[in-house]
Amino acid sequence: MTEDRPGIGTDAYNFAYLDEQTKRMIRRAILKGVAIPGYQVPFASREMPMPYGWGTGGVQVTAACLTPADRLKVIDQGADDTTNAVSIRKFFERTAGVETTEHTTEATVIQTRHRIPETPMTDDQILVYQVPIPEPLRFLEPRETETRKMHGLEEYGLMHVKLYEDIARHGEIATAYAYPVKVEGRYVMDPSPIPKFDNPRLESPALQLFGAGREQRIYAVPPYSKVMSLDFEDHPFNPSKADHPCALCGAENTYLDEVIMDDAGGRMFVCSDTDYCATRQAEGHRGAQSAPFTEAAE
Amino acid sequence: MSTPATPLLQVRDIRKTYGARIGCTDVNFDLYPGEVIGIVGESGSGKSTLLNCLAGHLAPDEGEILFDTRADGLKDTLKMSEPERRMLGRTDWAFVHQNARDGLRMGVSAGGNVGERLMAVGARHYGNIREQAIDWLDRVEIAEDRVDDRPGAFSGGMQQRLQIARNLVTGPRLVFMDEPTGGLDVSVQARLLDLLRGLVREMGLSAIIVTHDLAVVRLLADRLMVMKSGHVVEAGLTDQVLDDPQHGYTQLLVSSVLQV
Repeated sequence: MTEDRPGIGTDAYNFAYLDEQTKRMIRRAILKGVAIPGYQVPFASREMPMPYGWGTGGVQVTAACLTPADRLKVIDQGADDTTNAVSIRKFFERTAGVETTEHTTEATVIQTRHRIPETPMTDDQILVYQVPIPEPLRFLEPRETETRKMHGLEEYGLMHVKLYEDIARHGEIATAYAYPVKVEGRYVMDPSPIPKFDNPRLESPALQLFGAGREQRIYAVPPYSKVMSLDFEDHPFNPSKADHPCALCGAENTYLDEVIMDDAGGRMFVCSDTDYCATRQAEGHRGAQSAPFTEAAE
Repeated sequence: MSTPATPLLQVRDIRKTYGARIGCTDVNFDLYPGEVIGIVGESGSGKSTLLNCLAGHLAPDEGEILFDTRADGLKDTLKMSEPERRMLGRTDWAFVHQNARDGLRMGVSAGGNVGERLMAVGARHYGNIREQAIDWLDRVEIAEDRVDDRPGAFSGGMQQRLQIARNLVTGPRLVFMDEPTGGLDVSVQARLLDLLRGLVREMGLSAIIVTHDLAVVRLLADRLMVMKSGHVVEAGLTDQVLDDPQHGYTQLLVSSVLQV
């Protein structure tokens, strides 16, 4: 069985690409991250066979978490079929030989870029995020020495300066993604560029791990941790979304992608979580622009 | 003026060396609430080193700096933990840099710059923060409609006034100023000095002003320390020192001022 799969059962690759010592080092960083929710743990990020920005951090965390019995799902902006998701899924099919799936409910490990699946997570799942910039204070205070000190001393006034600027300029908190959160009342954390619509679901029964490969940081939100989105008393946090139902499955409570249809202003809004949308359509839910032939086929 | 019982700041035997070179040494003085002390001297005389030591930016090699904290009374700021000292730096202390760009966030609007200190000490109500920011811009004579402009769109004098507003918004008791009027033209200087004098008197601030401009200390300072080569060579009431300088260097300094 394993012989016909390249890289498995031979000495070509260790299970899940990384060698055991590296995985051990990453697991130690993960354990420390879990022990201190929201704290950015430095780790010795390895060169991976993909460019920085494609999820090298997430891939390393996934590799350290995977066991042969796991079932892996990879999503990119909610979709299972985009380049990034497909290439990472293939990577682990080849190097770990684990089963893969597109269904959120069947997966034990989910690596994600920029979304949390719409289907509620359970306590036997691990969600791994790909993080481009782990430091929430980076664009306000460029000195890493200073931001680490600010984290250490819990000096987070500056984070609100960013939100203040948003309101002053746009009349509301215009930050729509990578919306800063405070984990367990202590560390301010960048939840990676997920839309702020997903922020309330950071409080989850699943273990959430964040890997930043280029920046060499790992952090974690343990199950059931308290995650609070920062806001002002008179401008409370608002997890906004496009004010439409999904054009394909009719869902009204999901995060939507806007798809431009033509050059005459035509557009449609569809669920960004493809698995959720497809499952709903299979259950018979229909949106305004669902293809008519699927109805005929039934 | 009645004499208050305890000084706000007591400085004892401060010494800072850079290798074999002396930054400043044997500096002793008391600063009482509401009092303004000027430190003058030529470039390299150690006045900025001294100010940075006092403000906690540099660690002196020897000495004590006792500050009369609101909660615990007299405390040696050098022995404080770093969070405590940084908290002081955000609440009871303020530091006005010579170059406004060092003290401002250039990428953040004027209102955000003033509001930062409020948010740093826990203000979380946008409307109140903005109201206070506008109030303070008004007090330093910046029009309300500039509140959302970035400091880069301001003139040098306005930037300096904005920096002062940003520092004073949390009602500090001690202000450190490093050449607050440096690099400004004379009419803007005069206006800024006028403003500073008004604020210092109105808020009962204590201040330590480092400058090489004798006119600035004449206007603002109650007392004066003259520094040369890291030593305080003469100290006393401002008018007394300037009108009747005793030390040779002070005499030179006073006589070097150009008369128009």
